[in-house]
Amino acid sequence: MERLDPRARSDMYGRRINRAPSPWRARSLPYVTIMLGSLLPTLLIADLMPLSPPFGLLMLLGWRMVRPGLLPLWAGAPLGAFDDLFSGQPFGSAILLWSLAMIAIEMIETRFPWRGFWQDWFTGSVIALVYWIVSLLVSGARLTPELLAVALPQALLSVLLYPIVARLVSGLDRFRLARARKID
Amino acid sequence: MAPPSSRRSGFSKKAQYSLFTGYLLAGACALLGLGLLVLSLWQPAAFAPVRGLATDVVAPAGQVAATTRSGSQGVLASIAGYFGAGRQNAELRREVEIARIRLAEAEAVKAENRRLKSLLGLNEGITKPVAVARLVGSTATSGRRLAYISAGASDGVLPGMPVLSERGVIGRVLETGRSSARVLLLTDSESVLPVRRATDNVIAFAEGRGDGLLRIRLVNLGVNPLKVGDTMVTSGAGGYYRSGVAVAVIDTITPDGGIARLVAEPGATNYVAVEPIAQAAAIETLEAAERPAPAPSPSPSRKPVASSSASVPLETVD
Repeated sequence: MERLDPRARSDMYGRRINRAPSPWRARSLPYVTIMLGSLLPTLLIADLMPLSPPFGLLMLLGWRMVRPGLLPLWAGAPLGAFDDLFSGQPFGSAILLWSLAMIAIEMIETRFPWRGFWQDWFTGSVIALVYWIVSLLVSGARLTPELLAVALPQALLSVLLYPIVARLVSGLDRFRLARARKID
Repeated sequence: MAPPSSRRSGFSKKAQYSLFTGYLLAGACALLGLGLLVLSLWQPAAFAPVRGLATDVVAPAGQVAATTRSGSQGVLASIAGYFGAGRQNAELRREVEIARIRLAEAEAVKAENRRLKSLLGLNEGITKPVAVARLVGSTATSGRRLAYISAGASDGVLPGMPVLSERGVIGRVLETGRSSARVLLLTDSESVLPVRRATDNVIAFAEGRGDGLLRIRLVNLGVNPLKVGDTMVTSGAGGYYRSGVAVAVIDTITPDGGIARLVAEPGATNYVAVEPIAQAAAIETLEAAERPAPAPSPSPSRKPVASSSASVPLETVD
């Protein structure tokens, strides 16, 4: 069989016989990638204006939309606490906002069970925009018109990045479920 | 895509309860977050130890990023240098000649300065930096402009100390961890710095606007004496910074002062120096006057406050 077609006994996650996905990787990858998303912008030197979109939140939205049910409803709180340690926002803002985002997505999903990519993008964008303006409001900085003007590209970027993040997450999901463990 | 059918509760009591518990937990977490947010807006330093611990862990990664950043800057600069090298050469030659003249003038002024100072009996204090560190990161997503440096309480860095680059003021230390510290940059909209014009004693406040420029507000209102191109330096008022460090150059004139550009942009800086608080004694008296309970210690020498960051329990939220 395999001489005729080498991929006969495998699917997108690899060979099927006597292989299983690694349980550690399957459970931890979403959390690890969201935390890396929170850490990534701190390595940039943004001295003049807020530059990068909130990658942590975008990864959270990506995992929640691409893989509904994988993250528990309360996952926004611990991940938000981690984000707060590095983001420069007052501690608690991401705990609150990420929890609210998770609840909002859950309720939208209950209301509109059949959803597609465009609706996911719309939901993700609305949440990212609300998060952007609320986090500016609670950041402790005075919200001057100048600050709002220079932060606008950030909002635009976080809307435009959703499709890329969704593709990234689906790629990571294939890696997550790849059959890496050999059962003897 | 419909949600997986396993997530619909249906008539299963167990599924219904677990769904309900999920909502309950998430709601409780959101409320907890709200409480923590209010607490940290009210007491901004409340979570400083936890943040310090977290930054200490991440700072090494920031070191690597900083090395790469400075390396790539060098490559770009040397590529850009090939273009227009001849024109630049001629310009530089002319500039060097002018600079030689100015240097001679400065030597004269320096000599006169020394003579006058010896007349007055002042001794020149040379400030030695407490630590020299790399800028390892910043808060790029937030509206606040904070940066992280790779030196902390174990190097003798204390909150309030000024952070300077070789060009001028970067900001001042806000919170310290053991081996890293948070710096409030000048461009943050909560940062206010007393400045004066380099040539005379026109004093003003330099406030961050949040968009990378500084608003210079004159203390004495009336006829605005500022001109485009004036350099503002620290005045030394307030006691945190020593006087005469370059801060900003006026870019636009407004009725109450001007809008200025930074002299030392942190993004173009590799190493920064953390200097001791210029008039620590004055600050100590000021702060003692604000809070009446403890008596001020007579010698406000550097004493590490690392113990406070270690003793506060690390709190986890989930």
